[in-house]
Amino acid sequence: MSSGTEKVEYVSYLDHQGKYKGILGWIFATDHKRIALLYMYSIAAFFFVGVILGLLMKIELAAPGQTIMKPQTYNGIFTVHGVIMIFMVVIPGLSAVFGNFFLPILIGAKDVSFPKLNRFSWWIFIVGSIMAVASQFLRSGPPDTGWTFYAPYSTTTGTSVILATSAAFVLGFSSILTGLNFIVTIHQLRAPGMKFFNMPLFPWALYATAWIQLLATPIVGITLVMLIAERLFGIGFFDPNLGGDPLLYQHLFWIYSHPAVYVMILPAMGVISEIIPTFTQRKIYGYKAIALSSLAIAGVGFLVWGHHMYTSGMSEQARWFFSLLTFVVAVPSAIKVFNWLATMYKGSIDLKPPFLYALSFIFLFIIGGTTGLLLGSVATNIQVHDTAFVVAHFHYIIFGGMGFAFFAAIHYWSPKIYGRMYDFKRANIAWGIIFVGFNMLYFPQFILGFQGMPRRYFDYLPQFQGGQLVSSIGGFILATGLFLMVRNLVLGARKGEIAPANPWNGSTLEWQIPSPPSLENFDEEPVIKQNPYDYE
Amino acid sequence: MFTNASNFVQGVDFAFAVILGISIFFLVTLTATMIYFVIKYNRNKKVKAVQIKEHTWVEVTWIVIPLILVLYMFYIGWEGFIPMRQAPKDAMHVKAIGKMWKWTFEYEGNKQADTLVLPIGKAVKIDLVSTDVLHGFSVPAFRIKEDVVPVKKNYTWFIPGELGDFDLFCTVYCGLNHSSMLATIRVVSEEDFQKWIAKVPVKKAEANNLAFQAVEKNGCLACHSMNGTKLVGPTFKGLYGSKSNVLTNGAARQVTVDDAYIEKSIYEPNADVANGYPQGVMKSYKGIVQQKDLKLIQEYLKSLK
Ligand SMILES: [Cu+2]
Ligand SMILES: [Cu+2]
Repeated sequence: MSSGTEKVEYVSYLDHQGKYKGILGWIFATDHKRIALLYMYSIAAFFFVGVILGLLMKIELAAPGQTIMKPQTYNGIFTVHGVIMIFMVVIPGLSAVFGNFFLPILIGAKDVSFPKLNRFSWWIFIVGSIMAVASQFLRSGPPDTGWTFYAPYSTTTGTSVILATSAAFVLGFSSILTGLNFIVTIHQLRAPGMKFFNMPLFPWALYATAWIQLLATPIVGITLVMLIAERLFGIGFFDPNLGGDPLLYQHLFWIYSHPAVYVMILPAMGVISEIIPTFTQRKIYGYKAIALSSLAIAGVGFLVWGHHMYTSGMSEQARWFFSLLTFVVAVPSAIKVFNWLATMYKGSIDLKPPFLYALSFIFLFIIGGTTGLLLGSVATNIQVHDTAFVVAHFHYIIFGGMGFAFFAAIHYWSPKIYGRMYDFKRANIAWGIIFVGFNMLYFPQFILGFQGMPRRYFDYLPQFQGGQLVSSIGGFILATGLFLMVRNLVLGARKGEIAPANPWNGSTLEWQIPSPPSLENFDEEPVIKQNPYDYE
Repeated sequence: MFTNASNFVQGVDFAFAVILGISIFFLVTLTATMIYFVIKYNRNKKVKAVQIKEHTWVEVTWIVIPLILVLYMFYIGWEGFIPMRQAPKDAMHVKAIGKMWKWTFEYEGNKQADTLVLPIGKAVKIDLVSTDVLHGFSVPAFRIKEDVVPVKKNYTWFIPGELGDFDLFCTVYCGLNHSSMLATIRVVSEEDFQKWIAKVPVKKAEANNLAFQAVEKNGCLACHSMNGTKLVGPTFKGLYGSKSNVLTNGAARQVTVDDAYIEKSIYEPNADVANGYPQGVMKSYKGIVQQKDLKLIQEYLKSLK
């Protein structure tokens, strides 16, 4: 303090000593980076519960008939697997973890606009998650409706549907608040000189996502409250025996749940748009097209929900409308893929683990996306709707897409988050096992579904045995790969070599600050580039 | 090239082949390009990245071409589908009744069967009826699938074009035994059909047995047998008046099955759960089984003593 030049001494956010010590220093943290890690650890834990449930289903389905559990148990397990994976893993996944950590840094901010609200969002997330897990252990048995809670089955079954839907309702609040926080942050806290079109593409994707979270989530909230009211007070919204309409439930449910798919996939596309320029050392091709296509997807994505309901008895005109728009919404996704490939052209490509995951994201996403065309076309939808084909399709999109993007993101940013580097060779081996296991697990389900194997079946006819067995084996290969990947990342974060500030020669702001970042991210005013991916 | 199992196979499979073809084309070319770039522009070659100038026409091309392709795919999908909603007026009518977890087929003249037998080459319109929750009427070989919605009317139609047996699956999740809600569709010659339908007994007007009707109509028999067989729930045979061991709030106790107990079991099925049966499987029939039916059900159980 004696000298006039006041230079803040660098202390990483991990070592920073705040008001609280130890674990409380985390639970009561308002630093966006600590909150991001809280999300990451809890989501990782839920993910592994979901994986175990998935594996149990795969054992059950390895052979026809009863293998290791009764049908009621199986029905409970696929419901819980769905609820955990959708509401507690993939919807919050990228935006709550990497969005929280990197959104402020990428736009040159010290934190999000409302740090306390951010902490509160995580608390609600945990409360909702505890409720969801608790619904499994109630006396009346785990909910057995599937994660979609279709009425009137869900309004009449004797299992703990109320607690499970309340959990989804509470989790929805967390999502809304995070979305709100990000929108305000992007509008208010961009560093001086950073206009919207100077922002990197991950913030752009988060911006589009946040609007969906903010606008669509309340609808599912209301729907679930209606469901609970029907169960508790017999108000007939959905059950035709009470004068309700079961199709109304489906409409309300998918008005939210289709856009929810984009809550998962848009940030994934954002992550890929960050990784590709870095590992090709190229300015991203079609920056504006990629940025605006996120908004286009978010906008049109609000009007395609009916493609989940072609067989529901909905009018022909409605089927026509929803099918047309479903095809149209495929175009902005295709644009992104073309731009990513164009960015690789004449680049200097470094096939490091994050890039390997990004490339496999593109491959799996093309399969997931084009099989979506078969589901979006009304005629072929009739063939594959409600079959294993749908299961394969959405796992290619959600796991192959969002999941692989998450793995890409963690391999990309973990040196920044922890300041240490993981082992590349082990990371590549784990990637190979995951990639093979993933395709073995889900690809056969396209064929099974085409042959007519319905989804949510505890038992099946003998003609489906071969495909089911391959799929089950794939499940265990995938789980092995996941285990190796996590082990390598944990070892790297704890004992790996010290990572430099910019290990990949990235051009965006997070690479211009030390690893791990300090509490306030920028101890000096960041320099804003005209184009965030400028390598000249 | 396509089978002729029903009149829709061609339209659906054509759309499938075209969309799949376009998809595979893009998957293969884009993946090959990706791999080619990774090899050609690998950093090991120590060549500096070249920053490419962007061209609007490139961007426009890869917006317009996919747009034309998706509109074409939408169109053939629609063409393949729309005949499915245009049932001919003179089609034969059969009612398919979905009930947890069994299909019943009702022909004209009040004849009921568990197998859907149909004459080849004749249009048939299936009226889809559910007496409880949602079910799905799916025959993969015929390329048809429509949801069976309680109260709301829905239908499907087709012309069977090949003799033989075909699988019918329930495709909308409907609870415990959803995966065993299967049936067979048997396509036979017109002659064989006439012989078969003649033998199907007309469903007795059970009007004289109102009590049985109440049990049947409310779907009790899907889970409770009348002959002592253990199904999803306890059998009705000899149930009335017997002593039953139940779990109440997790505590074991014994109850005598009487009118009051039956009423409670229908309206709050999970309050007392008979030993050896899972919790939460039976839904509450509050608001569904009316007082009048309740009386009849109690009466019927008494008669099975
Ligand atoms: Cu959708
Ligand atoms: Cu079913």
